[in-house]
Amino acid sequence: MNPLKKRDLAIALAFLAVLAVLPLALGGSRYLLSVLMNCAGLSLIAFGVWITFTIGRINICQAGFALIGGYTTGIVLSRYGLSFWVALPLSALVSALLGAVVGSFILKLRGIYFSMLTICLTEAIRLAFLNGGDFTQGSKGITGLPQPFGGDSALPMYYLSIVLLGLGLWVTWRVHYSRLGRIFRAMRLNEDLAESFGTNVWRYRVTAFAIACALGGLGGSYFAVFTQSVYPQSFTVEHSIYYMLFCFLGGLEFVSGAMIGAFALTILFELLSQFQQYQTLIYGVLMIGVILLLPNGLMAIRAAKEARS
Amino acid sequence: MFQVLINGAVLGSVYALIALGLTMVFSIMRVVNFAHGQMYMLGAFVVYYLYGEYGLPFYVALPAAAAVLAVVGVLFNRFFFQPVLATATREENSMLMAVGTALLLENLALTVFGEKQRGVPAVVDGAWIFGDVAEGGAILTYPNAMVALLSVVFIAGLLAFVQYTRPGRALRAVAQDKEAARLQGVDVKATTTLGFAIGAALAGLAGGLLVTVYGVNSGVGTNISTKAFIMIMIGGAGVTSGAIVGGVLLGFAEAIGYDLLPGSLTYLLIFVGMIVFLVFKPNGLFGKPWG
Repeated sequence: MNPLKKRDLAIALAFLAVLAVLPLALGGSRYLLSVLMNCAGLSLIAFGVWITFTIGRINICQAGFALIGGYTTGIVLSRYGLSFWVALPLSALVSALLGAVVGSFILKLRGIYFSMLTICLTEAIRLAFLNGGDFTQGSKGITGLPQPFGGDSALPMYYLSIVLLGLGLWVTWRVHYSRLGRIFRAMRLNEDLAESFGTNVWRYRVTAFAIACALGGLGGSYFAVFTQSVYPQSFTVEHSIYYMLFCFLGGLEFVSGAMIGAFALTILFELLSQFQQYQTLIYGVLMIGVILLLPNGLMAIRAAKEARS
Repeated sequence: MFQVLINGAVLGSVYALIALGLTMVFSIMRVVNFAHGQMYMLGAFVVYYLYGEYGLPFYVALPAAAAVLAVVGVLFNRFFFQPVLATATREENSMLMAVGTALLLENLALTVFGEKQRGVPAVVDGAWIFGDVAEGGAILTYPNAMVALLSVVFIAGLLAFVQYTRPGRALRAVAQDKEAARLQGVDVKATTTLGFAIGAALAGLAGGLLVTVYGVNSGVGTNISTKAFIMIMIGGAGVTSGAIVGGVLLGFAEAIGYDLLPGSLTYLLIFVGMIVFLVFKPNGLFGKPWG
């Protein structure tokens, strides 16, 4: 195992372990738990963006697929009265299938074309739900969704979020450090070359995109029950951009990058909550600063030092 | 129907101006300026303050908007884009930088200008009326006519500049092949700066023009950028004729859609139509294939 991978694993496991025992230290404070639950959900969605980065595509439609997941859960719960435990995997499945269908067409675009198109796709998905009539309740959204756990304690929901985070991390890890991950990297470096070596590029990039969308759908479903509602405005282009920023801040070379980025930024802003009104302004400045000063992300700080010495 | 065509022509001419600015920056730097819509918004605010608040004449306020945005463009290019383009190991970096500048501009504007929708007094008053409006006639208001006319003039001016002047030829040379242009003695750095400044100034001009009809608020940027992306994707990124055709097409599509369909359904159909179109013609109408 190379040292970077070892460090990636160590950080990821340590992080999950800390999250698992943290409620004991926090003593069940609802506010602190909900901040961590928010971070976990955001990380889950951001893992999807991270996976599309590994095939060399900048994915700005992740919020759209999170919205699809959220609405699937919302409609299944409120209209058909099914259990959340059915809705959760179903949402991931619906997002993945739609992602595979859409992806099989749009993934032949590259670079900036793909990014611009995915922005439009996020908007199109939002408008589709806004114009869904009775089925999606238009701009009113779907509210009053039941929570999966009875009782007063926030702990079951918290552990659900940690389990989902672990699942997202495991999926991303399995994808990245496997034959599949090698093929993805080969495609990122040179798609035509990978194809000329006999890789079925089309199939692999649709696979990557479908996995990414499944993670988005899973996250959207989780947020739908976490906030007990879903609106067309729940996930917009702006959110898609934040997921990208999480990945970039954490580092695109490390699987745990997306998670580290999401927790670091979200917790930072809870700490700076008196500056809430400047939040997106600070995001903008931070984004520019990170790209100028830390082009390989937080996780790479030590790697860069080691490489230099 | 006549009215719809007039609306389409007016929208199309300003949209073409917006798309030209975006495509100019793209052709020279291979960077999509995500902040293009935010630059449009800034241009609109410059005109709002100079013309609407301080009462300067419109023919002073509009060039001022272009000048302010040109300066913003030069600064962005010098301090944000050049360092990233010089050191980036992945192409993602320059794109994320563009997204970052868009976030920055939009939120600076929100903090400084607030969220309120602003309008300015009409520059010219009156309207031409063609036929009986109740029976298929149409109205073209003077402000709309002025916006369309000035847009066409600016577009023609830009095309002439790029076609016939020395700096214009340098711009085209750099867009075609940076290395070959350098070997021919073109100052690539200065030309790139000029290209970015012109692109930004065009966004400012478009904003300054449209504020007289639609007003402005700090949040319009993303919306305008998204429209600009649609236009240059339809026409082909980095191609001048593509930007103009894309702008005119979107203008007419929007005018026709708003006439026939309720509210936000128009853009849903435009998005879907564009995605289907790009599946068959991934490089747009006039675009060259690139990676």
